[in-house]
Amino acid sequence: MNAIVATVLKRLGLGVVTLFVVSIIISLAIEMLPGDFAKSMLGQAATPETVAALRKDIGLDRPLAVRYFDWISGVVRGDFGYSLAGAGSLGGSRRPVADLIKPRLANTLFLAAVTAIIAVPLALILGMLGALYRNSLFDRIVNVVTLTSISSPEFFVAYILMLFLAIKLPIFHSLANVSPDTPFFERLGRIALPSLTLVLVIIAHMMRMTRAAIINLLGSPYIEMARLKGISPARIIYHHALPNAWAPIANVIAINLAYLIVGVVVVEVVFTYPGIGQLMVDAVSKRDLPVVQGCALIFAGTYILLNLIADIVSIVTNPRLLHPR
Amino acid sequence: MTTSLNRDANLVEDVGFAEPPPKLAHYTWLQSAWRELRRAPLTARFGLIVILLYILTALFAPLIAPYPETEIVGGAYEGWGKQFILGTDQLGRDMLSRLIYGARNTIGIAFVTTMLAFLLGGALGILASVLRGWVDEVLGRFVDVLMAIPQLIFALVLLSIVGTSVVNLVLIIAVLDSTRVFRLSRAVAVNVAVMDFVEAARLQGEKLGWIMSREILPNILPPLVAEFGLRFCFVFLTVSALSFLGVGMQPPTADWGSMVRENATLITYGDITPLLPAGAIALLTVAVNFVVDWFLHKTSGLRNEP
Repeated sequence: MNAIVATVLKRLGLGVVTLFVVSIIISLAIEMLPGDFAKSMLGQAATPETVAALRKDIGLDRPLAVRYFDWISGVVRGDFGYSLAGAGSLGGSRRPVADLIKPRLANTLFLAAVTAIIAVPLALILGMLGALYRNSLFDRIVNVVTLTSISSPEFFVAYILMLFLAIKLPIFHSLANVSPDTPFFERLGRIALPSLTLVLVIIAHMMRMTRAAIINLLGSPYIEMARLKGISPARIIYHHALPNAWAPIANVIAINLAYLIVGVVVVEVVFTYPGIGQLMVDAVSKRDLPVVQGCALIFAGTYILLNLIADIVSIVTNPRLLHPR
Repeated sequence: MTTSLNRDANLVEDVGFAEPPPKLAHYTWLQSAWRELRRAPLTARFGLIVILLYILTALFAPLIAPYPETEIVGGAYEGWGKQFILGTDQLGRDMLSRLIYGARNTIGIAFVTTMLAFLLGGALGILASVLRGWVDEVLGRFVDVLMAIPQLIFALVLLSIVGTSVVNLVLIIAVLDSTRVFRLSRAVAVNVAVMDFVEAARLQGEKLGWIMSREILPNILPPLVAEFGLRFCFVFLTVSALSFLGVGMQPPTADWGSMVRENATLITYGDITPLLPAGAIALLTVAVNFVVDWFLHKTSGLRNEP
């Protein structure tokens, strides 16, 4: 048991280091700004004074290390700095990034959670059925459908669903505009189409990966051995295959949830859902760097966390990983 | 950039036809390619035909398109009809012409990006496998960190810093995507780099460049070619997504991703025109996937699952 704890701790440490390095990269982003950034931000009317003020504001006049530690210690306390929107104008009505992110993060998490609750079990079941009934008609149909769905851009799937399920047949809302005081069930109805889009895309990926992992597993010699010994199929699945299947399945789930947080960006824009992805895209086109940094850190952090969880699940459920050769 | 003339030819050759097996040496290259092709499954043939059509459209866009790419030729949002087969877009430009030019721009950008990613990632991957030691270690850790951030998010951060332009887009996606190419080419090349003929070449005093390009590269080509198809799809989808989000290719260039975004309001009136560019993206990606599947199946048991 000690060995497992040690491996998990090692992996946790690695995760923390990765997060740290990623935060450095994201904060260094400002360093790579071209010299005339402040000027292009403020536009033609900028006076040298306002340009200097903005540069100071972003912190370009302070040493790198100081700036990083200011930023990261703020982030740990939940303070991501101030949005650049409205920078340069006197009076300083700029909003803290954290205030912009908080309500939207909740919306995004809600969308992602609803999607995951529907998609994960469905994809795992479909994937296992595909692996068990390999090359059957069912398997082949699912294969073509999922390949098409993977190959389509998310916005294609999203607009097709919108066209058919919201406009030609007005079943769902075509836009997912929710406000903080929208009641829970109303909210669920409004995010039906965005989450359906994500479910379709995620299931396709996840189902194919599950199928591949299970086929790979069922092809291994020890399963064949068990089969040749005449053990019942149910026992083979529960006692022989499943203990070794947790690791790949956990990986599949984590990779796809990580994929979900990226897919969310496009889908939020299509359905104008007030989530963190849309916030980030808006900030990118306005070059509002503090907001971009905040959003990027949240996305990257989630991504790293999911991968970490998958690895830990693999370690805990698969004793063979404890003895790497 | 110097080999741009050869590139198109190489793509068709590499993605389209399997290398002739050595035992068929008495056939010419074309004959054995034709033999393989006739035995190809329906999906692969379909894929090849679609890819060919796209390439032709991209190459001869100015000859096929009825109107110029960016000229305003009618009213905004005109319906389908005789004068404008697929109607006009939000500014009154001909939709069909922009769709055709879009093939050129979107596929071209994605192709150049993938090419760059392969040059960079492939070269570094082989280098790491030959030199090993600290070079391998440093490159490997660096790639690990780059891959710890989701690609689209990383691209968005970088684009907000350097601003949105085609050159920036190509460079950023190429660098981010080269990480995957690096991983694959290093993993495959490591097994080749320890073989006797590489050792012999080394003892013979061949230079590093020779060993990388003449000894190792030909032996790791099949998986790299298959990977090229898959990475092309991925880059193609990423570029389209970024353009769709408004931070990729900038107007007035015709590009499938931004065309969907610009005309999306038509969807709310039940018009399917904005879906056409999105469908064009999907169709090409499906076609490439079909061909890659077939190629993987033919060349090696490296990856049985698509």
